[in-house]
Amino acid sequence: MCTTCGCGEGDTRIEGASLAPHEHQHEHQHEHEHRHPDGTVHTHPHRHEGEHGHPHPDGTWHSHVRGGGSSHGHDFSPAAASLGAAHAAGTAPERIVQVERDILAKNDAYAAENRHYFADHGIFVLNLVSSPGSGKTTLLVRTIEAWQGRTPVAVIEGDQQTSRDADRVRATGAAAVQINTGKGCHLDAHMVGHALEQLEPAPGSLLLIENVGNLVCPAAFDLGEAHKVVILSVTEGEDKPLKYPDMFRAADLLLVSKADLLPHVRFDVDEAIEFARRVRPGLDAILLSAETGEGFDQWLAWLERGVAAARTRRDENLEALRRRVAELEAELAGGAAAPGSRA
Amino acid sequence: MHEMALAEGMLQIVEEAARNNGARRVSAVWLEIGALSHVAPEALRFCFDAVTRGSLAESARLEIVTTPGLAWCMPCSDTVPLDRLGEPCPRCGSYQLTVAQGDAMRVKEIQIA
Repeated sequence: MCTTCGCGEGDTRIEGASLAPHEHQHEHQHEHEHRHPDGTVHTHPHRHEGEHGHPHPDGTWHSHVRGGGSSHGHDFSPAAASLGAAHAAGTAPERIVQVERDILAKNDAYAAENRHYFADHGIFVLNLVSSPGSGKTTLLVRTIEAWQGRTPVAVIEGDQQTSRDADRVRATGAAAVQINTGKGCHLDAHMVGHALEQLEPAPGSLLLIENVGNLVCPAAFDLGEAHKVVILSVTEGEDKPLKYPDMFRAADLLLVSKADLLPHVRFDVDEAIEFARRVRPGLDAILLSAETGEGFDQWLAWLERGVAAARTRRDENLEALRRRVAELEAELAGGAAAPGSRA
Repeated sequence: MHEMALAEGMLQIVEEAARNNGARRVSAVWLEIGALSHVAPEALRFCFDAVTRGSLAESARLEIVTTPGLAWCMPCSDTVPLDRLGEPCPRCGSYQLTVAQGDAMRVKEIQIA
């Protein structure tokens, strides 16, 4: 992994190509579109190392990174105190610097950019996670077919190697981009950001991200999605949620898949859902089968609600921007001479 | 594995902080790893040692402070200790818990020269 921007060092490939324009002795930039509350948009390149924020003409500061490293008071410092005590005068001039940065701050920043992009375009995004072999891809294919073009559908596929999953999705007519992580065990927000550049999902789309089959690592990495959807098949154990709590805790929906196999396996659906709700109280759950279509009414309804919500939020944002533009135009029309008007 | 990705994230943060303070060497890093977070402290230590070789944090002492897990229990209307996800409230046995503390993975401070 590249230690500067965290992208795969020749490892990560998107649609077979290494991430460009990444060099190795790194100084690379991304065009980044930024919308201000007043509706103006400006693009600016931003570097991955060093500054992650920039000032606006009005003096406000926009940070690209959450928890951006400025020093602030905190009540945790026992180690620093002990260091101070142990540090004798006259030794090398070492000093302690407060950092206070979340380890995942960088990924979270990329995820926030992705989320911003999705909100702007009214795109409803899901991050599908599970063990390998739970039926994610088959479920995806069946979902796209059942969706029947209600809105455009786009897919980002994640696997260590091959484009077999993206090929299966493309065969349905939906657009898909394959990310190969090489030795990597999870998708991260930076990879997804790059995949979006190629995919360019239409506004109002349903975007499904199929993560690398792995019930451990993807839990830690926000991709900018609206929800993580965890898929557990009836051929696995009911106690998976207890054994892999991080992943189930991170999810907002549990799909119990391969319901058609229930007559042939000893799987207690209610118990599986109950276990999942121990680590994630209130988790929604749907039992379904991509083979028979069982449960698909509920699943599609859940998707419809999400898509509609994303569209409504975008419409509301646009409406707010239009109102703001109208306000500003009225101000301008009122003239600078009016008392109390802003310069 | 993902501890490697996290260690690399740590190194980026540490290097950036060192650069911003005009330092050329990082001799110690204080890390807060919550008991309910996504990583095992010792796995992270192993990866950190590997990832810092050749960097300005090479051979830096890594101090990991683990914060205990705390959760808000709905029936108890109180904050209770939680050692692991999936365990019930130690007082009333309910699973209606919301994690309040212990899932952080933060670089707290660095010692530079």
